[in-house]
Amino acid sequence: MDWVNAVVQGVLLGGFYALLATGLSLMFGVMRLVNLAQGDLTILAAFLSLSLIEATGVGPFVSLAVVVPLMMVGGYALQRGLLNRTLDQGVMPPILVTFGLAVVLQNVLLSLYSADSQGIDAGSAEGASIAITNQLSIGVLPLATLVIAVVIIVGLQAMLGRTQLGRSLRATADDREAALLTGIDHRHVYAVATAIAMGTVAIAGVLLGIRTTFGPFDGPVRLIFAFEAVVIGGLGSLWGTLVGGIILGVSLTIGNQINPAYQVLAGHVVFLIVLAFRPNGLFARKGREA
Amino acid sequence: MTLLELDAISSYYGDLQALFGISLDVVEGETAAIIGSNGAGKSTLLRVVAGLTEARAGDIRFDGASIRRVAPHLRVGMGISLVPEGRRVFPSLTVEENLRIGTYRGRQGPWDLAAVYELFPILRERAGRSGAVLSGGEQQALAIGRALMANPRLLLLDEVSLGLAPVIVKQLYEALPSITAQGATILLVEQSVDQALAAADRVYCLLEGRISLTGLPAELTRAQITTAYFGLD
Repeated sequence: MDWVNAVVQGVLLGGFYALLATGLSLMFGVMRLVNLAQGDLTILAAFLSLSLIEATGVGPFVSLAVVVPLMMVGGYALQRGLLNRTLDQGVMPPILVTFGLAVVLQNVLLSLYSADSQGIDAGSAEGASIAITNQLSIGVLPLATLVIAVVIIVGLQAMLGRTQLGRSLRATADDREAALLTGIDHRHVYAVATAIAMGTVAIAGVLLGIRTTFGPFDGPVRLIFAFEAVVIGGLGSLWGTLVGGIILGVSLTIGNQINPAYQVLAGHVVFLIVLAFRPNGLFARKGREA
Repeated sequence: MTLLELDAISSYYGDLQALFGISLDVVEGETAAIIGSNGAGKSTLLRVVAGLTEARAGDIRFDGASIRRVAPHLRVGMGISLVPEGRRVFPSLTVEENLRIGTYRGRQGPWDLAAVYELFPILRERAGRSGAVLSGGEQQALAIGRALMANPRLLLLDEVSLGLAPVIVKQLYEALPSITAQGATILLVEQSVDQALAAADRVYCLLEGRISLTGLPAELTRAQITTAYFGLD
């Protein structure tokens, strides 16, 4: 029963990792940009939510109504103002610029909020759980997180597959110049992709703030897990990111079941095993270089 | 009425000058062809008109207004569509999606999905397939169809015949009169002289980045063309 419990909790945890990784996966899939500031932007969203809650007294879920649009607008501006300029210069500039952005964000958050760990209080929703059997119960918040992750990924897939915006994102990812010839301004399309990615980052950040404490320097650790979820699933594949997140989550909880000291190690080991045998990830898009 | 007017255009391919003061006019409703050997600057000329390559000197006027400083994606909205060399269909989009993306700028006109399918029935049969698995001729039809979906006033065709069997080339060229009949003007680039002479109302021959011959196909002699094409005296 303990093992069943570990797997179930791992799947739920995986939903959280998938949500953390969705923005990363989307930005890489559309413009081959590895956003090293993803983790710090997630922490930024958590702090924005915290400030809003403290200033107005609204609940954390209501705060999303402000934080999500704010992060989306910020994401659009970030892409148009900064990241688009790095894209024609080879592999290094986007990595250096997002790394620099990460450092700047960490230090801005440090000066604004101090190094103390903070948490977002979601009241009774935080501890609520549904008992399945005597030994197995499912937390409402982790379950909601998994459902949100699945809904977001299904929604993004539908957007990519069926709308003109989705077609323009895929066309631009395929061939930027040919897309230009159909009238698509890639600078705008990229910025829209980043805006959507930052919307998911905002949701991930607020949920992160509810489930755990966070500080200004917690971004890079979050980035590693998000990155592992993306790579396990296959670069550029959103479904892969969902599966990658779940594999990572289950690895962590099973590692924890074997010995609590192995929890984090188990996740990294599974990541390395996947990397060794399927370097393009489990669901890499066919015919595309990863 | 002149739809497109190039006035002393100079342009570069990397560090090399590809076009030397090119001036030419394309009259609305006609089909104009640019012939010339490899490296004569034909593709660069079309890229300059589409906005993908900068004109460092000279001016480009479309419907009377200068478009030299207009971004390429906005030129699509003004009615200039380029079918690029090598087709460049989107491999991760289906045939139908490739066509639908052509409507991105939302220009109104005679061309829609049904009209393109009527022009190229093979595309209807392939509608759900990936653009990547089509034959060369099908990809070329798709690339032309995608450009038509933008309802261009000026359709630029770059080397339609490249790498295709003669029978396929013939089928593609047979579609051009239907396109001009719907009001579009065509400026095409072609290595095959016979193909260009048969399709065009007016021919320009490019030689090393300069126009070496201009005329109506019926008035040009084989000897004139050979001289202008190869630069022999």
